[in-house]
Amino acid sequence: MTLLDDFIVRAVLAGLGVALAAAPLGCFVVWRRMAYFGDATAHASILGVALALAFSVSPFLGALIVALAMATTVSVLSGRGFAIDTMLGVLAHSSLAFGLVAVSMLDGVRIDLMSYLFGDILAVGRADLLVIWGGAAAVIGLMLWRWQALLTATLSDELAWAAGIDPRREQMVLTLALALVVAVAIKVVGVLLIAAMLIIPAAAARPLSSTPETMAAIAAMVGGGAVLGGVQLALVLDSPTGPTIVCAAALLFAASVIVSLLRGRAADPR
Amino acid sequence: MSLMSMQGVSIRHGSFPALSNVDFAIEQGEIVTVVGPNGSGKSTLLRALIGAVKPYEGRITRQDAMRIGYVPQKLHIDPTLPMQVARFLALPGRVSSEARATALHRAGAADLGARPMAGLSGGQLQRVLLARAILHEPQLLLLDEPTQGLDQPGAAAFYRRIEDLRAEIGCAVLMVSHDLHVVMSASDRVICLNGHVCCEGHPESVASAPAYRALFGSGTGGALALYRHEHDHEHDAGCDHDHAHNPEAAE
Repeated sequence: MTLLDDFIVRAVLAGLGVALAAAPLGCFVVWRRMAYFGDATAHASILGVALALAFSVSPFLGALIVALAMATTVSVLSGRGFAIDTMLGVLAHSSLAFGLVAVSMLDGVRIDLMSYLFGDILAVGRADLLVIWGGAAAVIGLMLWRWQALLTATLSDELAWAAGIDPRREQMVLTLALALVVAVAIKVVGVLLIAAMLIIPAAAARPLSSTPETMAAIAAMVGGGAVLGGVQLALVLDSPTGPTIVCAAALLFAASVIVSLLRGRAADPR
Repeated sequence: MSLMSMQGVSIRHGSFPALSNVDFAIEQGEIVTVVGPNGSGKSTLLRALIGAVKPYEGRITRQDAMRIGYVPQKLHIDPTLPMQVARFLALPGRVSSEARATALHRAGAADLGARPMAGLSGGQLQRVLLARAILHEPQLLLLDEPTQGLDQPGAAAFYRRIEDLRAEIGCAVLMVSHDLHVVMSASDRVICLNGHVCCEGHPESVASAPAYRALFGSGTGGALALYRHEHDHEHDAGCDHDHAHNPEAAE
């Protein structure tokens, strides 16, 4: 496996894994207006990283557990009549703050906080690749398995119930998938930019899609393109790689919006 | 055995009792209209029948492997979700193109298959929802306030379509309506609900009466009927819906 010896190759593979998993999930985040929910889950995961380092377990595991706990808390509370945006604001920022404080209190462990906040894709090792692709495969499998039920529950709780689908279970499927994506994406784009990798490719795909499936496929291509372009660009500009990937995704989003505006004008000349 | 029945069902939303001790059954091929004022538990009744809310007391039984078609009152599709009518009909189970064409035709939406859901008018959306509900030839068709937002000729046309569907598919129909006095004339039974079953009876087909003509015009073709509430009990002060028994109150 001489190919994997190259850190650039490992970085690209790690990024592609995250982009592929984030695409279908990101579509649901957009369709169900869960953007802030994704943010809160991602921000909470820094607390998981700190706890994992304190107890000397894998940061992936720590992030996964705390992200899952956070996402579950939000899911449960949102069904109880709390003002959801206020509550997410409280939870997202306070969990990030607690995480940052916890990290600073870790004695002896000199960790590079920036690498968790913005990712450190160039330091991805073979073991990381295994974790990222394992997590990505689990998320993609989950999405494929539940796709029809998830879409039905996204349209309407009542249509789901009438078809024998429990929408609460589908919400849990999304919650689990979200926690998994957050955990695997920390190394790639960091906790502050995970939500961007979920939302921007899906948003860029929307104007170019006429079915939910094409939207997920195009989102995967946009995400993948952003990884390839972003890693290249970061080498040229000597910029931090995670944020550069997100910049590339944002440029693709802008291009998609411009294309759809031009197309709209061509179809509807005024 | 009834298609579906409730025995002594009570349902609470938090501490608020939405339904108390409701007995209800619907038989094969029967058309039942449930009327009641806002907040009377009509939608809760439907939600309980599809399994979305669980009774806190009592039992809900249904025939084994019964197919239910459900038409929600409204459906909001987020504009970020690209969805064409044909794709919508294939949720959650894939359908053959013949079955899809048949359902769209029966629901009066034959030409809408390729349209995006987001661009449909209210009436078109309702016909598409109806098409989806009858895709698998249900034994029980549930409709939540299907004529809300329709004028009386529109409501009459919709009722006639439901009557035709019952004849073609042989399904039972349970329809919920907030209109206390004007109901579908083909209803076999009308149930008035207000947290509990207030009264039950048959609609009066008065389409030929001149007073009725004056009220509804001739465009409704006998699809609408009046329902007279025959309450055999007094309500306590908490129950304030209007039970005027004269047709003029049906406005």
